[in-house]
Amino acid sequence: MTRLLTLFRGLLVTAAVLLAASLVIFLLIDAAPGDPAEIMLGTSAQADTLAALRHELGLDLPLFSRYLSWLGGVFVGDFGQSYTYGVAVGELIGDRLTVTLPLTVMATALAVAVSLPLGVVAAARPGRAEDNLASLFAQIGIAVPNFWIGLLLIVTFSLNLKWFPPGGFPGWEAGFNAALGSLILPSIALALPQAAVLTRVTRAAVIEVTNEDFVRTARAKGLTKRRALWRHTVPNALLPVVTMLGLQIPFLISGAVLVENVFNLPGIGSLAYQALSQRDLIVVQNVVLLFVAIVLVVNAGTDALYARLDPRLRARK
Amino acid sequence: MMLDVKDLRVAFRRENQPATEVVHGLSFSVKRGETLGIVGESGSGKSVVSLATIGLLPGTAQATGQILFNGQDILTLPEPDLCTLRGDKIGMIFQEPMTALNPAMRVGAQIAEGLILKKGFSKKAARAEALRLLNMVQIPRAAERIDSFPHEMSGGQRQRVGIAIALALQPDLLIADEPTTALDVTVQAEILNILDDLITELGISLVLISHDLGVIARITDRTLVMYRGAEMEQGPTEDILRRPGHAYTRKLLAAMPSRVRASLEVGP
Amino acid sequence: MNRLPKSLFIGGFITAAMVCTAILSRFWTPADPTGMNILQRLKPPGPAGLLGTDQIGRDVLSIIMSGAWTSLGIAVVATVIGGAIGIGIGVMAAAKGGSVERLVMALNGVLFAFPPILSAILLGALLGPGGLTSMVAIGVFMIPVFARVSRAAAIQIWARDYVKAARMAGKNDVLITLEHIFPNISAQIIVQLAIQTGLAILSEAGLSFLGMGVSPPTPSWGRMLAESQTYLASAPHLVLAPGLAIAIAVLGLNLLGDGLRDLTDPRRRQNT
Repeated sequence: MTRLLTLFRGLLVTAAVLLAASLVIFLLIDAAPGDPAEIMLGTSAQADTLAALRHELGLDLPLFSRYLSWLGGVFVGDFGQSYTYGVAVGELIGDRLTVTLPLTVMATALAVAVSLPLGVVAAARPGRAEDNLASLFAQIGIAVPNFWIGLLLIVTFSLNLKWFPPGGFPGWEAGFNAALGSLILPSIALALPQAAVLTRVTRAAVIEVTNEDFVRTARAKGLTKRRALWRHTVPNALLPVVTMLGLQIPFLISGAVLVENVFNLPGIGSLAYQALSQRDLIVVQNVVLLFVAIVLVVNAGTDALYARLDPRLRARK
Repeated sequence: MMLDVKDLRVAFRRENQPATEVVHGLSFSVKRGETLGIVGESGSGKSVVSLATIGLLPGTAQATGQILFNGQDILTLPEPDLCTLRGDKIGMIFQEPMTALNPAMRVGAQIAEGLILKKGFSKKAARAEALRLLNMVQIPRAAERIDSFPHEMSGGQRQRVGIAIALALQPDLLIADEPTTALDVTVQAEILNILDDLITELGISLVLISHDLGVIARITDRTLVMYRGAEMEQGPTEDILRRPGHAYTRKLLAAMPSRVRASLEVGP
Repeated sequence: MNRLPKSLFIGGFITAAMVCTAILSRFWTPADPTGMNILQRLKPPGPAGLLGTDQIGRDVLSIIMSGAWTSLGIAVVATVIGGAIGIGIGVMAAAKGGSVERLVMALNGVLFAFPPILSAILLGALLGPGGLTSMVAIGVFMIPVFARVSRAAAIQIWARDYVKAARMAGKNDVLITLEHIFPNISAQIIVQLAIQTGLAILSEAGLSFLGMGVSPPTPSWGRMLAESQTYLASAPHLVLAPGLAIAIAVLGLNLLGDGLRDLTDPRRRQNT
């Protein structure tokens, strides 16, 4: 019963934090220069046409009611109308998600696929060549900017080797292979810093668990070092790794903004950025809220997951 | 002689320092079906001896001498052969039941693992055998508890699971490193009794390590007294208790609570 | 001397080199970083310049050197200010506990959801791009990072017996914090300062790359990379220099942080 209560309380806190964040976002955007009506109709429009539009959009209402109507809209899925794209913001976001979602999923999968075995192997032979190589990889991966890696990948694989397109997204209608192909280089660029961080975390977690007593029990049963490693050590080391994955989400989002920019991908990241330069503030407002919501929900999720698995591991007092 | 230890010395390498020897030329042997108790206070090196016997000394350890198990020298056997011996021929029970079990794996699975991986049991057969073992170590409602996680059990129950795991593959030699130290006093007696019954029934040799002479006195045939890595004396348990030859042994005896001493009818 | 971790030396050396370059650039660079010379545009490394020239003929090496000042300046200011605030509230949360701590944790939760790029987008809408926007955006994210680290470290010190005793004896929380908490968490804080400054440089580069950082003619590594994009095929050398500069700067600070951590960690176990 208390577990349910804790879960509920976590949800409440997350909702409260999200609300606070939405207020911050709203206030900042509201204070920003730029008249939505002018942007939609152009600066040469008549004053009373502008006023009429402003009234229609509800822009002449007091601040708090505008905030509430925005929030109300968000709840039912109505995020407002884009000033520059002329379509509903929700539709815009939905379209862009079809690029960003696969991109981030691919990047995360790639990062885990690389970092897990690398971290485990490095931990299994600390101080040896494998470990040093893994540490080198981790150090470099954390230090290089992912957008630079993107540029280098383009120079090498697109311009010189011509294996992949240098950018752009043909759309899923153009075929699975074509669409996926344009996401491969961006995924690699996005995955690199994550893989570097995860390698370190995995290595540290495995080293710590290796010293636990139950690994020795497994060896005493007659399990080989490798079997003990993969059947006992690694499953118990996954928890900090999963937690770190959750904590990496903000950086994944930032990374997406940069990588989508480098590769000219029509994703949510580039939407946020483009909307900013076009002063399409309603888009900016909603996209930022979406990002923040993702971060908070994922963090709450990892916290809940940790709480669920942790009492199991709290056998030692 | 099932186990024959000859002049065992163990030293630990340290960074930028000469190696420190913690076991100084220990020799003892264990016959088939016999129980040997190794008693000494902390720092006496007794745990190191137990780890050496099963070949699980840490990488920083250097061991010389011979540990002959059925004629094979544990200290020179290659790792794959040691893996074959472990579990099958030599089993071990550890001190801390809290941490000796994998917290993320069900108890039954941990018992069954050795059977599946090393004896080729099917999952079903292994599970049935695990159930039998749980009953053997007197876990109540074993059929339910077989799917429990370690943290759902008490310390005494966890230690019994540890015994079940160690006995699963029916080893000839069991090493118990302070099996009761981390348990409540009332539970200690239960565990010792279970251990005693099982090794008698199955004809297993036991090396029981403890700092507590009372524990040693209860179930061992012969006793080896250690202090700071060296042997003080060894002999039949009754002799050691009643007619201690060494000053240190006498100190250990004197340190026992008088009532316990009286109940064991030990010497002066 | 051979007891000191290697990473400390390498990291310290690189960081020192970067700092010296940054300071030196204020007084001297091989050529004027803003000096256009269209005749010499897009020349690869060689006689035209040690690292070549960019699309309007500016000497790449000079821009790199000046860019060090920009990157370092913004990164350090953001880290120090964000760090100071973060450490302050983190330490306070550890000392007071209860609702103060919960408030700080909730605040952290909000701030953690705003990585620098997101903050910069919001602030950019409000203030427009520039060095100040970058500093604030980066600094704001530093607050929860340092708050978390310092709180966790401080809590451990508060749990120590002599500190508990001091508190029970009636000693003022502020005094305890100054006398016992700060000295004992300083090692971990310094490590974080090094590492976070490195991350700040990365963030600043990213922001400049997107055009939300400092405006021209202030030199910036990130913007150099953005400008090099048009010339990826014709002048790939323009991509290498700024990227390497960023990577080396961050690597140096990371190694420095790792080295300091190895030095001060009581467990000192990187390899078991």
